[in-house]
Amino acid sequence: MITKKNAYLFIFGVFILFMGILPIVLNNYWIAVFVSVGLGTLLSLSLNIILGQAGIFHMGHAAFYAIGAYTTAILNTRYGIPIFYLIPISGIISAIFAYFVARPIIHLRGDYLLMVTIGIVEIVRIALVNDIGGLTGGANGLFGISRPELFGIKIKKDMQFYYLIWFFVIATIILFHWLNNSRFGRALSCIKQDDIAAEGCGINVAHYKTAAFMLGAFWAGMAGTLFAAKMTIISPGSFTFWDSVLLFAAVILGGGSQAGVILGAFLVFGLPEIFRGFAEARMLIFGLALMIMMVIRPQGILPPRPKKYSLSPLWQEKVQKLLAKDA
Amino acid sequence: MENPLLSLENVTKTFGGLKAVNNMSFDVANGSVIGIIGPNGAGKTTVFNLITGNYIPDSGDIRFQGQSLVKLKPHEIVEKGIARTFQSIRLFSDLPVIENVLAGRHCRMQSGLFSSLFRMPKQQKEEKIALDRAMEELEFVGLTQMWKERAGSLSYGNQRLLEMARALASDPKLIILDEPAGSMNQPETAVLIELIHAIQKRGITVMLIEHDMGLVMKVCEKLVVIEYGTKIAEGLPEDVRNNPRVIEAYLGRDD
Repeated sequence: MITKKNAYLFIFGVFILFMGILPIVLNNYWIAVFVSVGLGTLLSLSLNIILGQAGIFHMGHAAFYAIGAYTTAILNTRYGIPIFYLIPISGIISAIFAYFVARPIIHLRGDYLLMVTIGIVEIVRIALVNDIGGLTGGANGLFGISRPELFGIKIKKDMQFYYLIWFFVIATIILFHWLNNSRFGRALSCIKQDDIAAEGCGINVAHYKTAAFMLGAFWAGMAGTLFAAKMTIISPGSFTFWDSVLLFAAVILGGGSQAGVILGAFLVFGLPEIFRGFAEARMLIFGLALMIMMVIRPQGILPPRPKKYSLSPLWQEKVQKLLAKDA
Repeated sequence: MENPLLSLENVTKTFGGLKAVNNMSFDVANGSVIGIIGPNGAGKTTVFNLITGNYIPDSGDIRFQGQSLVKLKPHEIVEKGIARTFQSIRLFSDLPVIENVLAGRHCRMQSGLFSSLFRMPKQQKEEKIALDRAMEELEFVGLTQMWKERAGSLSYGNQRLLEMARALASDPKLIILDEPAGSMNQPETAVLIELIHAIQKRGITVMLIEHDMGLVMKVCEKLVVIEYGTKIAEGLPEDVRNNPRVIEAYLGRDD
């Protein structure tokens, strides 16, 4: 029987299969493009928790990405800690940073908060350029970050990174799907709808907004580790306001559902590559596409669907009876 | 006398130069239905907002089961056992009906980030129990068959009932209803009166603001009358109705 749930599972399965066999038909250039699309997707999914689900206008996500990447670079080059250990460590450092920046600003609304988050990403970038504490290597950044090693295999080819990063993306999709269909996810959607009503019916709004920030930052920090390990060289130029805007655009364009955000990330990070032939004009085309999109479908490509709840047989029966009576 | 469930002690709240609530004191007995009435702009909703923590009083104390509520955040007050509905309906209108009720259940649930992220068995069990409980509340207010619908698509009367179901899902000891009969027609109001009696039967104390005097006289055991932020009368509905000060506040004075 084809139920709606099965249909979505089927689409997800096809997506995994498609991403699995994609590198076989792609040349090296396009595999490298899809590695960065993968990182963009991972970051967009993590921003979606904050922006798409909790409705917090956060335009500084590159700051958390930077904290993760620099934590990895510093701990790896100075103390030789292996990359795989650094994935959770960078996530945690990034989440702690998010706690301290989010806590004082969490009560700000909409565009006011947006301004502060833009400030955060700029402050982080400038701090990195200024070689803060002699740790970040200034404008040149840090180099010599080692490759991750898994079961004795050193991951260094784009093809290997492709599978590593897309494995992370798939795992993220599953975990965030579960999270979305829980008490936590429900609290975030209530806050997005009406935070006064949410507080008034017993939801600790400040707590959940901070938690959303920290979770998003944790994931962005992990993505930062993958980025640092992939590039082996990182510099402040990779974590600018522009990168934050692209992530913001991917989530808004996608509409807030996970499938939408993935699509948004493909468009935002993949589309400019397709139009590379247009050289300087490609960003113009990209900008125009965004504008048209916002006019004809402001809610995004795929806005979130209502969450699914399956009633116990007893209640199903009661509902059926009442509906039959009404009809 | 038994200790009151809730008591206001000389509570004052000013907005700029305006004394919205002036030196207000009254008690709410456990298990009773109490009505707050008064002309528009008298400060009734401000009193509710002070109790539910949306405003902090300038002076005075609000005590619930012997504990002060002053300076607690609204969600902490819900946890203590005071749930509310809003005068201008504040549902999560894009979310399904059932999810609105589950939101009310939130503060009695435990699952956190990790058990949700990894879909732990304990979290799944808790979700099931909460879903059943939310359905029970929907049945209580008579919205069972609408559980899947978008909250915003319900009629205003049903939206008010849904707000009550959401409030009841938090296991309150005191439920505060801000104009529950607002935008309801006569049959809907009749259902509401039954519902308020049923809530009282569950052992939940009810406090309400209402302009529909028919409803107030039918359900309330005690009335507090407010004018210009000051309590002008308090007592049994019949007594209050015949109080010359109250008649003057509502109808004006005949010079």
